[in-house]
Parts: sequence; C-alpha cells; structure tokens
Amino acid sequence: METKVEIHNLRKQFGPFTAVDGISFQVGRGEVLGFLGPNGAGKSTTMKMVTGFLTPTDGTAVVCGDDITRNPLAAKRHMGYLPEGAPGYADMTPTGFLRFIAEIRGFRGAERDRRVAEVMERVHLLEVAHQPIDTLSKGYKRRVGLAQAILHDPQVLILDEPTDGLDPNQKHEVRNLIREMAEEKVIILSTHILEEVDAVCNRAIIIAHGRVVADGTPGELEARSRYHNAVVLRLPEGRDAPGIEGLPDVAGVEREEDGDTGGVTLRLLPREGRPILDEVTAWLRERAIEPLELYVEQGRLDDVFRTLTTHH
Amino acid sequence: MTRQIGVIFRRELGAYFTTPIAYVFIVIFLFLSGVFTFHLGNFFLRGQADLHSFFTYHPWLYLVLIPALAMRLWAEERKSGTIELLLTQPVTLADAVLGKFLAAWAFAAIALLLTFPIWITVNYLGEPDNGVILSAYLGSLLMAGGFLAIGSCFSAITRNQVIAFVLTAVVSLAFVLAGFPLVLNFFTGWAPQVLVDTIRSFSFLSHFDAISKGVIDIRDIIYFVSLIAFWLYATVLVIELRKAD
Ligand SMILES: Nc1ncnc2c1ncn2[C@@H]1O[C@H](COP(=O)(O)OP(=O)(O)O)[C@@H](O)[C@H]1O
Ligand SMILES: [Mg+2]
Repeated sequence: METKVEIHNLRKQFGPFTAVDGISFQVGRGEVLGFLGPNGAGKSTTMKMVTGFLTPTDGTAVVCGDDITRNPLAAKRHMGYLPEGAPGYADMTPTGFLRFIAEIRGFRGAERDRRVAEVMERVHLLEVAHQPIDTLSKGYKRRVGLAQAILHDPQVLILDEPTDGLDPNQKHEVRNLIREMAEEKVIILSTHILEEVDAVCNRAIIIAHGRVVADGTPGELEARSRYHNAVVLRLPEGRDAPGIEGLPDVAGVEREEDGDTGGVTLRLLPREGRPILDEVTAWLRERAIEPLELYVEQGRLDDVFRTLTTHH
Repeated sequence: MTRQIGVIFRRELGAYFTTPIAYVFIVIFLFLSGVFTFHLGNFFLRGQADLHSFFTYHPWLYLVLIPALAMRLWAEERKSGTIELLLTQPVTLADAVLGKFLAAWAFAAIALLLTFPIWITVNYLGEPDNGVILSAYLGSLLMAGGFLAIGSCFSAITRNQVIAFVLTAVVSLAFVLAGFPLVLNFFTGWAPQVLVDTIRSFSFLSHFDAISKGVIDIRDIIYFVSLIAFWLYATVLVIELRKAD
C-alpha cells in the first residue's frame, strides 16, 4: 500500500488549551479512514492543520510527499477539502462558484468548463446550477461543497462531517459517492455517527481529548467491545436458563424481559472475548432448552467508542 | 502578479455587482459628490472653471464611504467560513489579500470615473486646466487606496462588519486630521518641531492637497503607495495570527 498522508505528532494549542495533543498516523491509497470522536475531540482542528488552514503548534503533515508547513502550495494541490458546514460564497451560483474554484485550481477556458460540467453532473447539481448558493437547501449546499473538493480530482480527499445534518436519502447519496471514489483516492472523513463508519470506512481512528485512543478496521475495533462474541439467546414464554451464568467462559449475563410475549432475552458476555457458542449450545442441549433465537454478536462500535472516549 | 491574484480579483469585483451594494454605493457616492460640489463647495459662486470644490471634499466623503466598502472584505469571509475554503486552495495569503484589495480599489475607481459628468460640466462652462483635474483624480484614487488598505486590515480583525466599519472610520479620521491646523496647533509650541512635522507628514490631507492642485510630487505618490503596502502587510499578519478565531 502506497502511503499518501503522513501525520507526524500534530499538536495545536489555543492559548493554554491543547486541542490536538500529538496525533500521528499514516494513510494509504484505497483507505477510507473514519476519524471518530465526540464533539470537541479535535477532529476539525486536526483537519484544518492537515489542509493548511491552521498552522500547527508542533508537528506536521506530509501529503503525497509535500510537507504542508514547508511547501503548502504543493501539498494543497494534492488535496480536496470539505470544511465543516460546507461554506460557500452566498451570492454566487454553483456554476459561478465552481468556475472560480476551477480557475484557482489552475484550469482555464474549455478545460475549466468541462470540469465544472462534469462535477456538477456527478453530484447532481444541474437543476440548481444558476440559483444563488444561499437559497439552496442543506443537501444541495453540501453537494456544492463536495463538488469543489473533487473538481480537480485530488489524490487525497478530506471531508469534515460530510453527512452531518442531511436526511437519510441525502446521507445515502453522499456515502455512495464516497464509496465510488474510494478506490483511487485516500479519503479521510470525520464523523460522530458510528453507522457511517460501518457504511463506508475500512479503517477507523478514534480520538478523544486530542489523542488517538484506537486505530484499526471497524471489525478490529468491534472486537474490543465487551459484546464481541457475546451470545444472544431468546427464550419462549415460561422458559428460563437458570445456572447458565455458571459456565466457565461466561463473564456475565444481561437479562431483558419482553413484556408483550412474556419471553426473556439473555445476552451472555464472554470472558476476555473468548468464543462461547459451543459451550452454550452444549449446555442448552443437555437441558433440552430450545431457544427461539440464538446468535453471536460482532461487538458494538458505540460501546467501544463510549468506553474509550469517556474514562479519560 | 500571479495568476491567482487575477482569479481572486475577478471573483471579488464580480461579487460587488451581484449584490445591491455596488449600486447603492455608486448612487450615494455620486449624489454626495454633487451635493458637496455644487452646494457646500459654492461651485457656481467661485466663478472659476475648475473642480477644486469637487475634490476638496473627497477625504470627507471617503471617510464615510470607504469603510463601508472595505468592511466586508475579510469580515464576511470569516463570518461565512469561506476564509477556510479560500485559504486551503493553492493560493498564498498575500495573493488573496492583494487580489481582494485590488478588486475593492477597482470598484472605487469605477465609482470615481462615473463622476465624469461633473468634469464635462466644467469643460462646458469654461476652460479648466484638465491636467490639474487629471492629477486630482489620480490623487483621489491614491487616497481611496489608502483608506481601503486601512479598511482591509480592520476587516481582517473581526467577523463583525459594524466593528470593522467603526475601527476603519476612526483610524482613517486620525489619518485625515493629522494634517489639520487645529490638530497641528495643539502640538506646536510644546512638542518638538520634528514631531509636528512627522504628524503632518502622515496626513492624507497634506499629500492629497498637493496632488489635487496639479503638483505631482513623487514623494506624495510614494507616501500613498507605502501606506497601502504597510496596511496590506498588516492585513496579512492579522489574518495569519487570528485565522483560528
Ligand atoms: N479557534 C479556537 N480557539 C479556541 N479553542 C478552540 C478553537 N477551535 C477549536 N477550539 C477548541 O478545541 C477543541 C477541539 O475542537 P474541534 O477540533 O472543533 O473538535 P471536533 O471537530 O472534534 O468537534 C474544542 O474544545 C474547541 O472548543
Ligand atoms: Mg468538528
């Protein structure tokens, strides 16, 4: 895998407050990196430094071989950036605005017009092409923001909360677009929506208080959840499984009574994430208990997220 | 001149005309020019075919109008967040500052050019010295650039356009008044002559007066150009320091 973005010990201090506290990681081609963290964790600040808007207090980012602090113009040429909230010049139309971006990215004449037309078609902006940006809906504004970020076909795409505030259809559309571009680019997107990570990312970094607290594939992170390999067992009315918590690899049991059917659902948590399915099915067979439903959980990202980002 | 300055210049100048600001500004500028020239300036009573009464009032006109033109330069970018978009494009901050300033200056030049009916009027009424008039136009344009550069800097300090307007107007007023006898008399007598001369030398009025009388002294031109350069440099520093806010 070809490394495209290297982030070295980035720090940002606002007065006495440290917003980003020594973040380092590398991202390669084909990776869609979800940058996760609660509000105020330092996601936006990190992105602002990587894209060259804010000057780091310490550390740097190297994008496609160009250092953003030493050679900002070259580094910026490799990147497309969607700032948080997708700002745009309110009085301009999407066409006018994208032409301006195309020109500032160095395209002129027919090449400029071709790029603008292409990108507008790609993100479905044609129907509002000549309407001032401040009259557009949130969804369209976000598309304008995405269009300006991808117009020059950058190798690295940095998107700050690209789906925030969009309705489910619009979210779906933006995610499709991200998936389409994933193969040829490096994409770093920040979010606090965990389902987004499962939907589009093949890697996730969780940050809290300006530091990286976890880095791995969504599957690897889920494996760190106490629900990883948990067995869920739904029993019919009147049945229970007394004593199942005594199994050697079962660390605990969460019970949930179902008021409507009178049944009960047991969630058996494994000791240190060990697989317990065999043990549980054997135990049930011995006692001739037939569950209505029995399955193994992968683990929950939100659980990992909460554990990692709160006890700091 | 890089190409980026041109791109930013065109967008910015275009933006003036997509909103009513441009037209309101031009109408007010022309209206006040007329009022000052023909009423306050006793254009007809003076019985002379020149534009003295027209240009005399330009510093005062600019004092009110230029801060209004300059206030949105950077404050608006900050408020809407487009500053982040602009400065993450492959442009240097200096290019962005210069491109935006030049657009505002070009706009002021357009407003100034639209006062040509007044110039036609004096030529119709008499035989003015058009060289003097041309020189005065040049002086007025340079002075407008000075006011705008101050405005650019104060617009970069805040996201609030009203604050940017007030700060620009106050500092501009100081630059105008520095040449006023009232102010200078306050210093003469007790302050060293060097200080009085220094204060006078910073005044818009003393430099503008000379050019508006047809005396094009290279020192006056250098004064305005370096004043503009100074304030634009200050704009770059202010944005660099306060980008995060
Ligand atoms: N310009 C600034 N001045 C002072 N503090 C800031 C500034 N920008 C961000 N912060 C603080 O830095 C922390 C990280 O902010 P941010 O990067 O926006 O978080 P996130 O995007 O993860 O929600 C927050 O506590 C925020 O209040
Ligand atoms: Mg954020």
